[in-house]
Amino acid sequence: MTDLWDGLAQALWLVATFDPELVEIAARSLRVTLSALVVASAIAMPLAALLAVRRFRWRRVIIAILNALMGLPPVVVGLVVYVMLSRAGPFGVLGLLFTPTAMIIAQVIIIVPLIASIAHQSLRDLWQDYHDLLISMNVTQWQKIRTLLWDTRRALLTAALAGFGRAIGEVGAIMIVGGNIDHATRVLTTAIALETGKGDFALALALGFVLIGLAVAVNLAIHWLSRTEREGRW
Amino acid sequence: MSDLFPLTVRGATTRRRGKVLVGPVDLTLSGNGACVVIGPNGSGKTTLLRLLHGAARLSSGTIDWACPMAKARRAQAFVFQRPVMLRRSVLDNIAYPLIIRGTSRAQARAQARDWAERVGLGDMLDRAAPVLSGGEQQKLALARALIGQPKLLFLDEPCTALDGSAMREIEQILTDAKAAGTRLILSTHDMGQARRLADQVVFLLRGQVHESGPAAEFFETPRTEQARAFLKGDIVE
Ligand SMILES: Nc1ncnc2c1ncn2[C@@H]1O[C@H](COP(=O)(O)OP(=O)(O)O)[C@@H](O)[C@H]1O
Ligand SMILES: [Mg+2]
Repeated sequence: MTDLWDGLAQALWLVATFDPELVEIAARSLRVTLSALVVASAIAMPLAALLAVRRFRWRRVIIAILNALMGLPPVVVGLVVYVMLSRAGPFGVLGLLFTPTAMIIAQVIIIVPLIASIAHQSLRDLWQDYHDLLISMNVTQWQKIRTLLWDTRRALLTAALAGFGRAIGEVGAIMIVGGNIDHATRVLTTAIALETGKGDFALALALGFVLIGLAVAVNLAIHWLSRTEREGRW
Repeated sequence: MSDLFPLTVRGATTRRRGKVLVGPVDLTLSGNGACVVIGPNGSGKTTLLRLLHGAARLSSGTIDWACPMAKARRAQAFVFQRPVMLRRSVLDNIAYPLIIRGTSRAQARAQARDWAERVGLGDMLDRAAPVLSGGEQQKLALARALIGQPKLLFLDEPCTALDGSAMREIEQILTDAKAAGTRLILSTHDMGQARRLADQVVFLLRGQVHESGPAAEFFETPRTEQARAFLKGDIVE
């Protein structure tokens, strides 16, 4: 018990003094996840808009694939990415395994379906509203998509935040493809797993606090966004 | 004056799952002014307007403008019965059609401010459009339709659920637009409004043109029993 209290006190101390190791790991986590978020949003949002406004042949197939991917356990995504990037795999020559880039790739695959499906719902609803007007104004496909993306920007931000929350808290996949290498691919979640295993509760708890802080901030932001949306302010 | 007309409609029909909603409609429209489409609920007013605008699929027959269809479409605007409000400010809603056509943002906004003044929305430019009242939304939709200077404006029951003063304002805007050379095709089930605005009348019954012609003639001496009954306010089906 005293161990735990000691650990807690030390953890708070680490957070309060911006312990260099803690800061390094937290910064890497943010860098990897924000990169993954930017890439994933750039893929998922236009894709969601296209799925909302166009009836093309592969539409149902793509939606089915996205849904299937959303249910995929992240560990499996990690495994697949590992196989692809490993020396014997098709992308082995790129030498990406055990780099932050590999972790970004895995996170992108994990959150694209999530972001796309949340975004798709709002975009589809708005398109039902806008359909008659935009068709009547002869807008081009590209203008339709831009208009929809812009006018659902709040919902899209919510989708992005959900993606961020999912990615930053993910362990299995990035552990496999990143390897949890000190000063290279160690991030909040993998470090927590490691330090807990080693019995170093102080650092593990400190890392946990940072992670919880980020998660709470994300949820507050989502809450605030949905409230301003309901109040019709934009 | 405008190169859209004459409009020639021959045997135009819309079907849904084998059932005829509207048609066959034969109609020729030319000249200026307002053509008012009247008829009981469900007689096909909305469908006919959408059909003429090219927003509903033609199952058979032809609709020919004096110019190619694509060009005709660009010279038209449509105000829907329930106006569609973009989730933007009043100003950005009105400016939208210009921005779509590539007008610079500053110029589009300046013109939009102008139109907002004209329709009486000048003091709520930054208000979110979806929270406007019904009458204000209708006026916004009108400004947004007129800012692109359409040669032809469709209006589907523009004054349903509006009270007297809002209705008068909207009719004034329409009268001004007509005077400025915009051809109007509007549907209404308000006979008072039809008499005030119409130059031509198309009387629809069960999806077909039952009677059509110059407004004065139609209101003075309706040719058919049903038209007489409808004008008297009797129930016609
Ligand atoms: N999308 C649709 N699917 C099936 N029936 C429709 C559809 N739209 C309209 N109708 C039917 O077509 C007829 C004409 O409708 P509408 O043009 O809306 O009449 P109005 O505007 O004169 O009230 C009605 O019987 C209506 O039920
Ligand atoms: Mg109608």
